[in-house]
Amino acid sequence: MKALWRWIVAAIVLLLGRGRRPPRVEHERLVPAGKPSPRAEFLVLGLFGATAACAIAFVVVYAIESIPHQTQFLGLSLGLAFAFLAAALILIAHRLVVTEELEEDYPVPAHPAEQEALMELVEESGGRMTRKRLLILGGGAAGAALGAALVTPALSLGPAFEIAPFFRTPWRRGVRLVDERGRPLHASDILEETFYTAYAEGADREDIGSPLVVVRLRAADLDLPAGREGWAPRGIVAYSKICTHAGCAVALYRKPTFPPVEPRPALVCPCHYSTFDPARGAKVLYGPAGRPLPQLPLLVGPGGELRAAGNFSGAVGPAWWGVRNRRPS
Amino acid sequence: MIRRTVRFLDERTGSAPFLRKALRYVFPDHWSFLLGEVALYAFVVLVGTGIYLTLFFDPSTATTYYHGEYRPLHGFQMTEAYRSVVDISFKVKAGLLIRQTHHWAADVFVVAIVLHLLRIFFTGAFRKPRDLTYYIGLSMLAFALLEGYLGYSLADDLLSGMGLAIGYSVLMSVPVVGANLAELVWGGPFPGTPAFWSRMYVAHVFLLPMLIATLLGAHLLLVAARHHTQFRGPRKTERKVVGVPTFPGYAPRSLGLASAVTAVLFLLGGLVQINPIWLWGPYHVDQGTNGAQPDWYLGWLIGALRLVPGFDVTIGSYTLVPNPFWGGALLPLLVFGFLFLFPWAERRLTGDRAFHNLLDRPRDAPWRTAIGAAVFTWAALIFLAGSADRVFVTFFVSYGWQILFFRVAVWLVPVLVLVVTRRVCLELQASERVERERKLAEEEARRAAALEPVR
Repeated sequence: MKALWRWIVAAIVLLLGRGRRPPRVEHERLVPAGKPSPRAEFLVLGLFGATAACAIAFVVVYAIESIPHQTQFLGLSLGLAFAFLAAALILIAHRLVVTEELEEDYPVPAHPAEQEALMELVEESGGRMTRKRLLILGGGAAGAALGAALVTPALSLGPAFEIAPFFRTPWRRGVRLVDERGRPLHASDILEETFYTAYAEGADREDIGSPLVVVRLRAADLDLPAGREGWAPRGIVAYSKICTHAGCAVALYRKPTFPPVEPRPALVCPCHYSTFDPARGAKVLYGPAGRPLPQLPLLVGPGGELRAAGNFSGAVGPAWWGVRNRRPS
Repeated sequence: MIRRTVRFLDERTGSAPFLRKALRYVFPDHWSFLLGEVALYAFVVLVGTGIYLTLFFDPSTATTYYHGEYRPLHGFQMTEAYRSVVDISFKVKAGLLIRQTHHWAADVFVVAIVLHLLRIFFTGAFRKPRDLTYYIGLSMLAFALLEGYLGYSLADDLLSGMGLAIGYSVLMSVPVVGANLAELVWGGPFPGTPAFWSRMYVAHVFLLPMLIATLLGAHLLLVAARHHTQFRGPRKTERKVVGVPTFPGYAPRSLGLASAVTAVLFLLGGLVQINPIWLWGPYHVDQGTNGAQPDWYLGWLIGALRLVPGFDVTIGSYTLVPNPFWGGALLPLLVFGFLFLFPWAERRLTGDRAFHNLLDRPRDAPWRTAIGAAVFTWAALIFLAGSADRVFVTFFVSYGWQILFFRVAVWLVPVLVLVVTRRVCLELQASERVERERKLAEEEARRAAALEPVR
């Protein structure tokens, strides 16, 4: 009944409209129309102008040779140029272009038919092969071997299996201790309540086996581990300056100390505050270090100069898996 | 003009259908969706400023004596690498601006990534079909941390040397192969061979940026392929995404954000000093300074290295696992392991393997929110522990007591946070339920009242 009524209406409309010019079809807009906003346009123009002005200011500041605080002005002009540009763009987004909220379908979660086809494709492509697993195994083995071959040259990066260099230090019996300028240190140079950095004479200063921290303590305070008698002539002790925790330089000497809280002088690493007791073989007093600083036995030469009496008591620097804490070579 | 451009493009590339679709691609709107974009634009600034810096930086360990613009360093022995960074700061016009902007951009880059990650985590945006996107994002974060570390290490100032010494020790501490790895990377015992510098350099300016850029491309492609997530709302369902199209609505907004990020970075670079390497001086293995701190994104590692009690795992006089392993290697492994495994674990535990285009509000998933908050608190406390020495200098709170406090707090507080967060989520849910029921009841009452006269 309803359908019939519709047909009738359609027929009437068609009859009436016959011969007339069809109305101009309004082209359907993709983006809805909006009202012009001359004020916003004006503002955006102003902001673009400001952007350009700041950008030019940047060039000018760059060109002027003698401007003070050049970095600051360069940053200010360039930063402001971008800030004005940002303001202009955001104004355009909010006032000058149409803000529409569109709806869109999320992509279909999966394509079962295509998945099926892909699987079939792979399976049927291997239809001529009778020993598939063996082939895959063989291919896998070839790939693995080739992969191993291709990464082998990476071993050239370093002597991956040579552990000996980690134990090597420039210290031998008789090597003189020198200061930053390469001048020999004398026992009489070493005062109490401060610390000195010393190096092995003639050695590379960037070798972590070289730098020492040297302090002088009162003989009565010294309590070195057994077997280190005579390692500290005139109360002077020397330890590797490289922290046994994470390889930083032990660059702090806590002396003078505040007796009620910190009664003992201590060597401190500024990285993670490992604290060592110089009077007792650099035993760890505090912090994350797992072992003492290696001690270097000292002797005073005939001219009063300080010399090594041998090598360190243990390995220098950070530890690693399987390292034996033995005396280095 | 427009017609000609469009025709030219389409006839040469056949891209009109694609472009039309891309321009009408819908972006759901929420302020937190901008965090990832901030990271993207910071990366763009990093690449731009970085390219400029490579034109002046000299990655060489050759020894030189400084006699340049900056008087206090005159006569200092240093490497060419450090000398060139001092020259970038004082001699190259606008060099300091670009260098500081580069450094700030790195810091902002990682901030934006971490905040973006938190947003993704707490809204459950990592669930199927976006778990792959999430894993790629996590990998980018890991590479970004390494990239940043290499960046400030290259300058060869005192702080970068100390950082490298720690990095070397952490690598050495890896069980079984640590020493071999460290030797391979450094080319020998610390501070290594000159080749190490060119290795760092090529990694920092080529390998890692390329890797990050490639992953970034994959990340964005996957986002577009599965479309953005959105919060539940009117018309916003698992099937339909509602938002502003790329063009004309979203493009100026996003470009505005890009300009704003760039503006902030250049303003910071020009006005706020960062890493004044000329004050730290050149590095030598026997030198260190108190109050040394890494860039913020490695603060959790220094915190962990300081918190771990002093012990090496040893058998007799043989060391097995040296101390730096726990804080420097195990902690990041645990944190990244947790982040990587979480989507899988959640699927296993909740049995939820469905597609999710709608985001959870944090309260909608109390367990996830509680666990995330607890792990975040754990990491944040370890991070804070890294600043204990500065807190001591500034507020005179004993360093030892602080460390003791943190050693306890890092285990207690997260548990507390877990319980409280879960409770809060459940209470929020309950209050919403009550509100909903009250509204329903009111409506019913009103309807009943409206019906009354009829009867």
